[in-house]
Amino acid sequence: MAIRERLSGNEAVAYAIRQINPDVMPAFPITPSTEIPQYVANYIANGEIDTEFIHVESEHSAMSATLGASAAGARALTVTSSCGMALMWEELYVAASDRLPIVLALVNRALTGPININADHSDSMGARDSGWIQIYAESNQEVYDNFLQAFPIAEDPRVHLPVMICQDGFITSHGVENILLVEDEKVRELVGEYHPEHFLLNSKEPMAVGPYAVSNYYMETKRGQREAMSNAREVILELASKFEEMTGRRYGFFEEYAMDDAEYVIVLIGSAAGTCKAAVDKIRQATGKKVGLCKIRVFRPFPEKELALTLKDRKAIAILDRSEMFSATCGPLGAEVQAALFGVKSQAEAVNYFYGLGGRDITVEDFEKVYGRLEEIARTHEIPDMYEYIGLRAK
Amino acid sequence: MRDTIEIRWHGRGGQGAKTAALLLADVAFKTGKYVQGFPEYGPERMGAPITAYNRLSDKPITIHSNIYEPDLVAVVDDSLLETIDVTHGLGPEGAVIVNSQRSKEEIVSHLGGFQGRVYVIDAREISVQALGKYFPNSPMLAAVVAVSGVMDPQVFLQEMRTSYQHKFAKKPEVIEGNMKALELTFEALK
Amino acid sequence: MKSTEIHEKSPWQDITEGNKIFEPATSRHFHTGEWRTSTPVFHEEKCKQCLLCFPVCPDSSIPVKDGKREDFDYDHCKGCGICAQVCPFGAITMKEGK
Repeated sequence: MAIRERLSGNEAVAYAIRQINPDVMPAFPITPSTEIPQYVANYIANGEIDTEFIHVESEHSAMSATLGASAAGARALTVTSSCGMALMWEELYVAASDRLPIVLALVNRALTGPININADHSDSMGARDSGWIQIYAESNQEVYDNFLQAFPIAEDPRVHLPVMICQDGFITSHGVENILLVEDEKVRELVGEYHPEHFLLNSKEPMAVGPYAVSNYYMETKRGQREAMSNAREVILELASKFEEMTGRRYGFFEEYAMDDAEYVIVLIGSAAGTCKAAVDKIRQATGKKVGLCKIRVFRPFPEKELALTLKDRKAIAILDRSEMFSATCGPLGAEVQAALFGVKSQAEAVNYFYGLGGRDITVEDFEKVYGRLEEIARTHEIPDMYEYIGLRAK
Repeated sequence: MRDTIEIRWHGRGGQGAKTAALLLADVAFKTGKYVQGFPEYGPERMGAPITAYNRLSDKPITIHSNIYEPDLVAVVDDSLLETIDVTHGLGPEGAVIVNSQRSKEEIVSHLGGFQGRVYVIDAREISVQALGKYFPNSPMLAAVVAVSGVMDPQVFLQEMRTSYQHKFAKKPEVIEGNMKALELTFEALK
Repeated sequence: MKSTEIHEKSPWQDITEGNKIFEPATSRHFHTGEWRTSTPVFHEEKCKQCLLCFPVCPDSSIPVKDGKREDFDYDHCKGCGICAQVCPFGAITMKEGK
């Protein structure tokens, strides 16, 4: 029987860490993820887990220590947000290229400029090319469930890549919601014990991690990383199906909500999906209009084929980005979804919106307007501006 | 009645409006509800105006936006009335609870012509009488439960007793005081 | 795959993940002696076995056995000449070429 609880997103991640009892956790505090290491430190102080917590002087050191611990053979993780992750930038790439199965609990917050502490995907979207698997959550339940699946994905011999488990700062991290927790013994069964094949502290097999790669090797190494990222697709789905057997909760690359017959579709990532679902229900109930939502859970590896397949025959699609990338055209999700649609020669109209930057709220009414706009675009086939904003003040 | 009751809390950083919202979520959760309790975050400091929210429902709640059209507003500090439009978005069928030692007439005069129900609760008086100290949370919580009708007052009192017994396991002497504060609030609102 | 089986023409499938090397001291396989343009010559008769030379060698190319140095490891000596500089007894001299 699942345990019925109410927790904030940060509490839920900390609870999952307690259940997993990882070997090493170096961390440096930054809003809005600070509570996670605080709660974990409590679990350690209370003797509930024997994780080695390393107090470091920066996020650069936090990720460096996590790399070292992981290379040594430990199950290691860290936690951060926003500029904290920016300071880890160099190590993010090292973790991926060294093929270390690290987990990072990321509480998404806008990158500074202007300084802001609220939800925005600019931190993780900026790191989308670093070689990490990225899994996003709509709710506290999802971030908890995703976190439980993270180590088994990362540690699978077909993968051996670091995994970023993302949730929206404050909206889920500090919001208390109902949640169903998995019993400790079931978590232990799912996550298992970590016995790496190769590790630095193995005296029987001296080894080197992260050697210099001249041009004759660099490209082949990167190709190997890409293979691991491709393999991650099947492993992510395998874990999802194990998880479903265990809990009844179903996960995939993305969630399709009211999509069977949907003509007008919103594609987005994160907590706003819940608000969008309420808009879908409201519109369908009131008008019967065929609106639907496609919520991306796994952004890296990008589920290009599956997404294109589900989207290609819709009438109009709005892709919503919670971060800028200053191509002066679209946002990161907009670019990749449109590329996927092009690949299958889709005739669907597609527009890209920016929303929620720096924590700007998005409401059910905002989503209703987007669906209204999609209907209009499908009717007129006129898109005066491909890249629009939701909730922006303008003259 | 709508499926979901939406409540907005106004307070000042450090006064416990966020804690009150989380406590309400807690006690509603224990009676089997689906709950949300969340603060609106900025770089808040002690004394700065803050907002917190609750959604309480018998069905799962997916909405993650702030609340703009609440059913109920709770104002933990009446000095906020001078600077904040606390009844913003609150319809005539809605209610506002203000913690104040001022008269109801005076409070109403600060509510910009709000047509709905107004409740003034002297949480200071109740708290000092029951506990000997000023902790506005318990009276405010009881007032929200009484006015919103979100749960049966008797069930609420039982749950709060259990919760206090857990929370104040090392200070059992304050359990009765807090329970009394809840009961006095129910009395005052009759 | 053993490190000696991986080379500059290896296909990507044969490169270990993260380029990890699962054996120690693989630098032995790499003959830096090929880079040498001048060569130290060991004059054993002048050597007092003071052992000032071997710790300064950047390439560990002066083998020491039972407290005594032996002739150079020319597979790895790059001919930098530091050993000749530190020898107080003229027991190491440099010659042009390999």
